[in-house]
This record gives sequence, C-alpha cells and structure tokens, in this order.
Amino acid sequence: MPVEFDPFLLARLQFAANISFHILFPTITIGLCWVLFYFRLRYTFSGDKAWEYAYFFWVKIFALSFALGVVSGITMSFQFGTNWPGFMERAGNIAGPLLGYEVLTAFFLEASFLGIMLFGKDRVSNRTHLIATALVAVGTSFSAFWILSLNSWMQTPTGYRIEDGVFFVESWWEVIFNPSFPYRFAHMFTASLLTAAFLIMGISAWRAMRGVDGPATWKVMRTGALMAAVLAPLQVFIGDLHGLNTLEHQPAKIAAMEGIWETEKGAPLTLFGFPDEEEKTTHMAIKVPKLASFILTHEWDGEVLGLNEFEGEAPPVAPVFWAFRVMVGIGMLMVLVGWWSAWRLFRNRDENRDTQTWLLRALSVMTFSGWVAVLAGWYVTEIGRQPWIVDGLLRTSEVVADHSSATVAGTLFGYVLLYLFLLVSYIATLRYMATKPARSLTLTPQQRAMNDAETAEGGA
Amino acid sequence: MDLGYWLPLFFAGAMGLALLIYVILDGYDLGIGMLLPFASDDEKDVMVAAIGPFWDANETWIVLGVGILLIAFPQAHSIVLTSLYLPVTLMLMGLILRGVAFDFRVKAGDKHKAKWNRLFAFGSLVASLCQGWMLGAFVTGLTGDATSTLFAALIALALPALYIMLGAAWLLIKTEGELFNKAVRWGRMAVLPMGGFLLLISIATPLVSSAIADKWFTLPNAIGLMPIPIATALAYAGLIWVFNSKQILHNGYGWLAFVALMVMCVLASIGLAYSLFPDIVLGRISIWEAASATESLLFTFWGAIIALPMILAYTIFIYRVFRGKAMHLSYE
Ligand code: HDD
Ligand code: HEM
Ligand code: HEM
Repeated sequence: MPVEFDPFLLARLQFAANISFHILFPTITIGLCWVLFYFRLRYTFSGDKAWEYAYFFWVKIFALSFALGVVSGITMSFQFGTNWPGFMERAGNIAGPLLGYEVLTAFFLEASFLGIMLFGKDRVSNRTHLIATALVAVGTSFSAFWILSLNSWMQTPTGYRIEDGVFFVESWWEVIFNPSFPYRFAHMFTASLLTAAFLIMGISAWRAMRGVDGPATWKVMRTGALMAAVLAPLQVFIGDLHGLNTLEHQPAKIAAMEGIWETEKGAPLTLFGFPDEEEKTTHMAIKVPKLASFILTHEWDGEVLGLNEFEGEAPPVAPVFWAFRVMVGIGMLMVLVGWWSAWRLFRNRDENRDTQTWLLRALSVMTFSGWVAVLAGWYVTEIGRQPWIVDGLLRTSEVVADHSSATVAGTLFGYVLLYLFLLVSYIATLRYMATKPARSLTLTPQQRAMNDAETAEGGA
Repeated sequence: MDLGYWLPLFFAGAMGLALLIYVILDGYDLGIGMLLPFASDDEKDVMVAAIGPFWDANETWIVLGVGILLIAFPQAHSIVLTSLYLPVTLMLMGLILRGVAFDFRVKAGDKHKAKWNRLFAFGSLVASLCQGWMLGAFVTGLTGDATSTLFAALIALALPALYIMLGAAWLLIKTEGELFNKAVRWGRMAVLPMGGFLLLISIATPLVSSAIADKWFTLPNAIGLMPIPIATALAYAGLIWVFNSKQILHNGYGWLAFVALMVMCVLASIGLAYSLFPDIVLGRISIWEAASATESLLFTFWGAIIALPMILAYTIFIYRVFRGKAMHLSYE
C-alpha cells in the first residue's frame, strides 16, 4: 500500500532541510571572513609572511564555503514562494522589505568584492585589497543582520497592525529592532565566530598531527584558541540572556526546552530525561531542585509556566528539549576546550605535536562542533515556535502551498541527495587541502637557512 | 503624486531591469559552462578564469529580480512560484551544481577535476533549460495547457542557444590564441540555431497568446512598433557579420559581438514588457493588483534609490579591475 505523506509535513521538512544546509555555510563565512581580515591586517602591519600564508590557505576554504552558502541561499529565496506562498501574501509587507534590504545592502556587496578578495591581489593595491576583504566581511554581517531581524520579528512580532488578516507596518523601527532581535543577533554572531574558531583550530590541529604544519599553522591555532577562550564564556552569558528574553515573550518555548509540564513555583531543572507527550511527563528525569526557577526568574521560588497553560498551542516537546541540551552541552564543552587550548598554546609557545598530542586530538574532534551547536540552537528556536509561523498570530498550517505530496516528496528526495553529496564532498575537500604541506614550512629556521644559502650561491 | 500608482510601476521596471541584467551577465557564464566540454583541459581553466571574479555577483541579479517580485508583488510571487514549482526546483539544483563545481574543480584534487568539470557543464545546461522553460510558461500566462507547454519547450531550447552565443562572445573579449579561434567557431555554429529559435518564437508568441497578438497587430500600434523587430534584425545581422569578419575579430573588435547580443536582449525585453504590461501575470493579475502596501513599497524604494546606483558603481569598478584577457586564476 503506498504511504500517503502529509504534504504539509513534507513542505516543512523540505524547508527545514534547505535552511539547515544553508545555515552551515554562512555560519562559517560570517566568522571566518573577520578572521581573514585579521590575518591580512597582521601581515600588513608586521610583514610576517606566515600571516600571509595563513590568509592564502584559509581564503580558499572561505571561497568554497562561500560558494556553498550562495547557491543554497538562492534556493532559500525561492523557498518562501514555492513552499509558503501564504506567508508572503499575509506577511509580505513586513518580510518583503527586510529581505529586500538584505539583497540591496548585503548580497551585492559581498558577491562583488569577493572577486577582488579572491583573485584581485595582483590587480589592486594592498590597501584596496584590504578594504575589499573588510567589505565582504561587512556584507556577510549585514546579511545576518537583516535575515535575523526578519526571523526575530517572526518570533516576537511588534510594530505591525492587521487588516483582514494581512500585516501592515506601523513602525519600521519596532519591526526591525523587535524585542528578541538584539539577543538573537549577538548570539548568532558569536556563534559564527566560535564556529570559525573551532574550524581553524581543528584543521590546524589535524595538520599538526599529520606533520604537514608550519609556523603559520600554529599561529592560526593560537588565534582560534584566543577567540574560543574569550567568546565561549561570552556565548554562555548571551545565551542565558537570550533565554530570559524568550521566557518573557515565548513562555511555551521555554516550557518545552526545560520539559516543565505543570506550572509550578520552585521548579526543578531537568538535566536529562525522556519527555513523553502522551503521558505529559519526563521519564527517568535527573533533576536539580529549584534550579530552573532560579535560572529563569533568578529567585529560588519563582513561578515558571508549564506546558499545561498552552493546550493546542505548545510546540513538540522532545525535539526542543533535546536540541537545547545538545547546544548547551557543546557550549560548555567549548568553554573548557577554549580555556585548555589557550593555556596550553600560550604558556610556552610549545609548537610540538608530540607534547601536545591530547590537545591536538581534542581540537580535531571538535572541528565541526560549531555546526552541531548552531543546528541544535536553530531547532530549538524554530520548532519551539510551532504551531505558529508568526508567533501567536499566524499558524504555519494556514500558509502552506498545496502541492501534491508526490511532488514535494520527489523534490525533497532530490535535495537531500544533492546536499548529502555536497556535504561529503566539502568535508573530503577540506581534508584533502589540509594534507598538503603548509607553505609556511619554508619559513622554518632550517628551511630559511637553506634558502639563504641558495640565494647566496646564485647571487654571488 | 499618486504613489500607489507610481511605486508599483517603478518596481516593475526595476524587476525587469534586474532580470535583463541577469540574462546578459549570468547568460555569458552559463553559456561558457555549456561550452566547457568542447575545450581542452588547459582551455577549461582559462574559460573558468574568464568568469571567475564575476559569476557570483552575476547570479545575485536573479536574487534581486525574484526578490523584487517577492517584495513588491507578493500575490504574483506566490502564483508564479507555485505554478513553476518543478522547473524552479530543477533550475536551483542546476545552479547549485554549477556554483559549487566551480570551486570544487580546483580544490578537490586532480583526480576529481574531470567529474567537477562535467557537473559544471551539466548544471549550467539544466539551469539554462529550466530558465527557458520558466520564461515560456510565464509568457503564456502560466496556463499549463498543451500549446503553452509546447511553447515553453521551444523557449527552453532557445535560451541556452542565446546563452551559448553570449558565452562565445565573452570569450572573444577575454581570450586569445587557440581558444579565441575556438570561440569564433562555436559562435558561428550557434548563431544560426539561435536566429531560427528567435524567429520561431516571434511567430509563435502571438499565435499562443491572443492578448499579445492584439497588442502587436492592431493599427496604429503595429507601425509604431516596427522599429523593434527591425532593430533586432539589424543587430542579428551585425552579430553574424562580426563572427565572420577576420578583420573585425583580429583587430580586437570582438567585443562588438557582445554589444550586438546586448542590444538584442534589450530589445527583446522591451518587446516582452510591452506584451505583458500592465499585467504581471498575463491575463490574471495586474501590477497594481499584485502590489504590496504603499508604505512598504516606499520604505524599500528609498533603500533601492540609494543602493542601486552604488551597486552599479562597484559592479563597473570590478569589471574595470578585471579588464583585459583572462589568465589562469590564482588566489595568490
Ligand atoms: C556555537 C553555537 C552556539 C552555542 C555554543 C550556544 N548557542 Fe544558543 N543558539 C545558537 C548557537 C549557539 C544559535 C544557532 O545561533 C541560536 C538559534 C537562533 C539564535 O538566535 O541563536 C541559538 C538559540 C538559543 C536559544 C533560543 C532562543 C529562542 O529561540 O528564543 C537559547 C535560549 C540559547 N541559544 C541559549 C544558549 C545557552 C544558555 C548556551 C550556553 C551554553 C548556548 N545557547 C550556547
Ligand atoms: C533567519 C532566517 C529564518 C527564517 C526567516 C525562517 C523561517 C522559517 C519558516 C517560514 C518556516 C516554516 C514554517 C514553520 O514550520 O514554522 C521555518 C521552519 C523551520 N525552520 Fe526556520 N527560518 C530561519 C532560519 C532557520 C535556520 C537557520 C534553521 C536551522 C538551522 C531553521 C530551521 C527550521 C526548522 C527545523 C523548521 C521546521 C519547524 C517545524 O516545522 O517544526 N530555520 N523557518
Ligand atoms: C530563510 C532565510 C534565508 C534566505 C531566504 C536566505 C537567502 C540567501 C541568499 C539568496 C543568499 C545568496 C546571496 C548571493 O547571491 O550572494 C544567501 C547567502 C547568505 N546568507 Fe542567507 N538566507 C537565509 C537565511 C540565512 C541566515 C539565517 C543567515 C545567518 C544568520 C544567513 C546569512 C547569509 C550569508 C552570510 C550569506 C552569504 C553567503 C555565505 O556567506 O555563504 N542567511 N542567503
């Protein structure tokens, strides 16, 4: 018997698959671009070739990630129309201009100056090249600004009025700087920098373990360690603030994240467990008494709303609950690893793979940890908003397109295959690029002595 | 001034312009993608270098075009994109393959290069075919009946021919030596099929859509419109001439071919705009019916007025920086 899938579910799955794939690459590029700018600056000011080689190595990875981000982003810009036509019809007056500003202020900027950043070094002055790099970085950050503003508005809508079911703008300021936007932007931006930090540390560590590292490899690793040591704790702090903001505006999401079924005072914090929606309880829960109330209300006996308050308007609990734990788990791990690596790498500048074995192993395992945390975080945000597409105002089920489930299933299948293929190719290519001996090896003392000897002979 | 009247008109014009620029700019790099299999391995590198610094920004014009459709005409946006669901999806997959193959082919290691070259060409072909398909379906009002399907199929074949011409003409500007000669041969081969398609489409369009036929073949409009087909025919003749004149080609005037193609694209889009106006989906919804709220349009209008000239300015800057013949691309 052929199974008839719900086209609504399929449309959501397709959107989720596409955006999950897309977000992987901007997450890297938003952060990495600023890192590249830093490498360029260091080279410009110190004249140390190692920084230039670091730039050349990482700009290739940046270009590859950027290309993947662009093509999957183009898919995204069609997805609203193909999968959620009702969303644009109802909320187009708000979503449209925000997306428009993203195209006008961000996409052209980054796509145009990318050409100079990647291929223009011999054609423009060092200063123009530096500016082009900075503009690409600004462009990617603008991208994040506008799209996150839209997403945040969908979470915490303000500044609108509704006439006949259609949204109109009352105040652009309130739409753009809606209550959750500053938190979401800060949290996502830091997430990108952290993802980039662990990526550059991970790949550098891997190169060191393979013995293809040069001085630049270690400089890059130290840069990453410094970033991680500072930003990881900051991210935990911002995340906490973000959560408090969510409690104020989307209490149902918080109830799902914490697995709190009944409203209570002095609610315990559930560390682990298995949420069960049928029985409205969390099995085998490990709880810390009163801690949830303390974290969320900063009072041991504060009242926390439970899922019972949101009958029919509550998100699915298990995915939100789990995704949240994955994100926070990785966040804590990042703090530990960040501090550890900063301590090991800065203490005596010991660039030796035999004495740093454990650190190098840990770092290479953590290479893509940013991706996992980012995906988990977005799942919390987006699944936690269900059943709404605009929180409390517009239901997702009202805006879906009515394609046959065969069409959507077919294209979904196509996308997933394509994405898996690209993801495998991407990671394989990074590995391949990382196995080539570092160019900065020519900068090691032995090599330099040899080079000098050669030029001395030739020149004499 | 009545903003409710003028703003939708402004955005319809801006959308048309963005899509026109897209067809010309991404047209040449999709065309080069389709020509890739016919070149030797070294030439492939030069061909890719000829589009390297540009393709990303070129592709952004379609994001702007679709973006304006979404921003300014949300009602039309959902009609168009839901009816074109399949060709849009296939086009996106084509663009994805093309865009990433471009980067992977030089980074994934020599043993995979041939595979990425093939995917690059395949993705370009798929994207071009689908764009033609979408254009054809759009011109006939997204009805989806047998004649309009046939028409869509016709345009699906015509657009890649145009793109290949654009690609060949771009190579005349950007290359020299053996590859230049090859580009001349490719151009000569493609120019007749392209002309044939053009003629067929000009005949078929009024036959398929009576609304369009009325606009073109009633007096006095018909006389006033004559310059469009005549100028198109002249540009086409010029194109054939450039590709066949050794003198022009070898004295560095190969770029004239690209100009002729640009002229043809501009004329075609004027014709298309005239055929559709004032509808945004032919026979179904006009640009004013589909427009978003005036205050939203106004907000975007200010952004567009400031940003578009800047975009044009730095686009020109980029083309100036990378003027001259293409060399092997290098990041260093
Ligand atoms: C490197 C990535 C990363 C790390 C280490 C963390 N997060 Fe996070 N988090 C994200 C990346 C992220 C994200 C992917 O960027 C999200 C999704 C939407 C958003 O704005 O940020 C997110 C969302 C998100 C939300 C949902 C807000 C909402 O939907 O309303 C909360 C409450 C937190 N985070 C809290 C935390 C806490 C307490 C962390 C401390 C350990 C933490 N995050 C670490
Ligand atoms: C910032 C830009 C974003 C916007 C404007 C946006 C918008 C949307 C929309 C319109 C939907 C479909 C309706 C729905 O099911 O709620 C959705 C669902 C979803 N999005 Fe996002 N999204 C954004 C970012 C992300 C990111 C970065 C991810 C993941 C990494 C993500 C993951 C999901 C998931 C998993 C769903 C499905 C939720 C469900 O249906 O249960 N979103 N989002
Ligand atoms: C549904 C939501 C989204 C849509 C419609 C969308 C659309 C796009 C498009 C069309 C591009 C290609 C631009 C070009 O041609 O150069 C792109 C790239 C990009 N997007 Fe998204 N995007 C979405 C979500 C996000 C999110 C959540 C972020 C980050 C927070 C983001 C950040 C970026 C960045 C930085 C780029 C530049 C390319 C890159 O760095 O890989 N986008 N996006």
